Amino acid sequence: MKVMAQMAMVMNLDKCIGCHTCSVTCKQAWTNRSGMEYVWFNNVETRPGLGYPRGYEDQDKWQGGWTRKANGRLTLRAGGRLNKLLNIFSNPKMPSMSDYYEPWTYDYETLLNAPSQKHFPVARPHSLLSGKPINVEWSANWDDDLGGSHEHAAKDLMLKGIEDKVKLAFDDTFMFYLPRICEHCLNPSCAASCPSGAIYKREEDGIVLVDQDKCRGWRMCVTGCPYKKVYFNHKTGKAEKCTFCYPRIEVGIPTVCAETCVGRLRYIGLMLYDADKVLEAASVEDDHDLYESQRSVFLDPNDPHVQREAEKAGIPGDWITAAQKSPVHALINTYKVALPLHPEYRTMPMVWYIPPLSPVVDVIKDTGHDAEDADNLFGAIDALRIPVEYLANLFTAGDTVPVDRVLRKLAAMRSYMRDINLGRDPDPEIPARVGMGEEEMYNMFRLLAIAKYEDRYVIPTAHGEEAHALEELATDCPVTGYDDELLDVSGPFGEGSGRGSMTPVAIENFKMLERRQTSDTMQDGEHLKGRVNLLNWDGKGMPPGMFPDEDGER
Amino acid sequence: MNTFLWVIFPYICLAVFVVGHVWRYRYDKFGWTTRSSQLYESKLLRIGSPLFHFGMLGVVGGHILGLILPQDWTDAVGLSHEAYHIIALAGGIPAGIAAVVGLVILIYRRRTVGPVFSATTINDKVMYAVLGVVIVLGMWNTIAGSLFTIGGEYNYRDGVSVWFRQIFAFQPDESLMAAAPFGFQLHGFLAFLLFAMWPFTRLVHVFSAPIGYFTRPYIVYRSRDRRPGAATGSRAQKRGWERVQ
Ligand code: SF4
Ligand code: SF4
Ligand code: SF4
Repeated sequence: MKVMAQMAMVMNLDKCIGCHTCSVTCKQAWTNRSGMEYVWFNNVETRPGLGYPRGYEDQDKWQGGWTRKANGRLTLRAGGRLNKLLNIFSNPKMPSMSDYYEPWTYDYETLLNAPSQKHFPVARPHSLLSGKPINVEWSANWDDDLGGSHEHAAKDLMLKGIEDKVKLAFDDTFMFYLPRICEHCLNPSCAASCPSGAIYKREEDGIVLVDQDKCRGWRMCVTGCPYKKVYFNHKTGKAEKCTFCYPRIEVGIPTVCAETCVGRLRYIGLMLYDADKVLEAASVEDDHDLYESQRSVFLDPNDPHVQREAEKAGIPGDWITAAQKSPVHALINTYKVALPLHPEYRTMPMVWYIPPLSPVVDVIKDTGHDAEDADNLFGAIDALRIPVEYLANLFTAGDTVPVDRVLRKLAAMRSYMRDINLGRDPDPEIPARVGMGEEEMYNMFRLLAIAKYEDRYVIPTAHGEEAHALEELATDCPVTGYDDELLDVSGPFGEGSGRGSMTPVAIENFKMLERRQTSDTMQDGEHLKGRVNLLNWDGKGMPPGMFPDEDGER
Repeated sequence: MNTFLWVIFPYICLAVFVVGHVWRYRYDKFGWTTRSSQLYESKLLRIGSPLFHFGMLGVVGGHILGLILPQDWTDAVGLSHEAYHIIALAGGIPAGIAAVVGLVILIYRRRTVGPVFSATTINDKVMYAVLGVVIVLGMWNTIAGSLFTIGGEYNYRDGVSVWFRQIFAFQPDESLMAAAPFGFQLHGFLAFLLFAMWPFTRLVHVFSAPIGYFTRPYIVYRSRDRRPGAATGSRAQKRGWERVQ
């Protein structure tokens, strides 16, 4: 047994309101640079829908992830090592800019400068790549809230097997939001695809990162990731991906996307797993078994044997305690309500989802029935095969049994809690129908509905023994700085900046940022290329064209 | 003049080549990349890039045979001059044509696809010009000189090749190059110029051919650097940048 720790996330989809706050804050923290305009480490897609990049789930086309060969071994779907090197001069399966979308800005100058005229002046969209006017035809969330879904959503691959039954008329279908980040997989096919060995999984917390000094821009990882969560920075020629906000995680604070989530639906915590069993678990024959086989590699942090093995593997004691308190562990293994996204890609993803009950609830409500009555809910879950099958295609490779079970638990919780909230006697029958005890159900309710910040995010700090000095946010007591080295690091004139561990990660972008913000003018269309707009402005400097001049004129 | 052209200049270029690469590797690993433009355009690239790169691999292989293998050796194994010539042309011409056709497609693409063109730096343009001329001259020398023997027969294996090997023995004989036809002289001169430019252009990506991929395990694990003073992330601390205690 080789115990390893993995930082993981669970998202409760019932609570996502599709506000995209997570996407925007992540973008402003990490991808607000030119070369990354089209990149969203966190994106929120409306389902049914095509997602971002468009149709990324079609692995027959994109060849992401692993497949199981007849002899039971895993191989990269896009081809093994030799194949990779033969195709190194031009990757045959790489999404192009149009599959993401061509980033653009608007020619606001026209609005300000247009002479008095009969027709209202308009700001035309200009490509951020070429500076030329473009016709905007797609974006990272073009089909948001089912917009245009009669045209697009029919192409959603997750509707396979139920195409004929689903009506995609706007007011007739079901809908939910799916926020996605990198899965920080246990068996990452992005890392396996990298010819340079630049993508690595951190031993301590399992976060998957790209070494920017080792990446040579071969782009195989972009193809290799079935979730399309590695992106190519077209300015620096290097691959970049979600970092699980490791500088924040290392000091014990949640990722930007989780911290800012309006629905408070994200949970972050540790999972202990047996690294020796990962490959075997990822290689089971039947896709339907992948959910259970992945669960089987997770270890119980309360088991003394596991604790001993973890200590042997060098996992610090406070990490084991954190693993015991991990909300992620509770949702995946105790309550068993979280499911992996697309286990059939066999990368063993580590961002899991609690499927939404809302499609079912909405239907009951629409028909005028009581949507909190256990019998109505159970009956509807059995009757409404379409949403259930759709969810199964997303989370269990098409096996409806686990999805059914989770939805019934959520339904039971809903109706059990109604009695309590209305001051009636709770009905112990309801939890029993889904195999749970009353207390267990109540605890699950607390975790899902009203958990506090420190219950949702159980993040032990990294053991650099200097972890506090790494952080960019001041969560330390300000006074402690006076009598230790913190003082001489920052200094009254900032002379310590750039030295030692106080250097924030963001500094390497500084030069780039400065150049970008001081060089481009807005005078003609050509210079709209690479311009800073509100989305990729990080609050530093005064990008030209964003504010009026001091005297109020342009 | 000949001493400068065929002795001093090559050594300057080779020195710049070596020192430049060391410098670039130490100070600009972040900039060491292919700077691929596939994201902008992939249809033309899919044809042009493999044609060019595989063609170039063939061309480089041919140069190694032609320049490094002394004529005595091929004579010793009983390969006649004509036979060697036919083999060289049979291998060299298809590879050369592939490289040139690929290059033409790639340059056409660079010029006509908007985002690719705007991502082309001056550095790139100069490098492409030199590279293009070197390749075209090389083709000309092969086709005109060896195939149709325009301007008289010239056996580069008695001249240019010997001189090239002498460079690495530190005893170059400039008269060998001075006697070579102008096309060969220019090809050689520009090739050395290209060597000098090499470390400062995107050509460095040639030296990142990922051979290690064949032997390393699929998934790479790395540890966070726990040494005090190491920056965030897991890159090793740089020498000379240790934290002052
Ligand atoms: S989801 Fe993340 S870790 Fe998994 S393969 Fe894709 S980029 Fe790699
Ligand atoms: S974990 Fe951090 S980098 Fe990743 S999506 Fe969330 S905010 Fe972005
Ligand atoms: S911030 Fe939270 S609620 Fe809003 S879209 Fe993102 S995940 Fe959903």
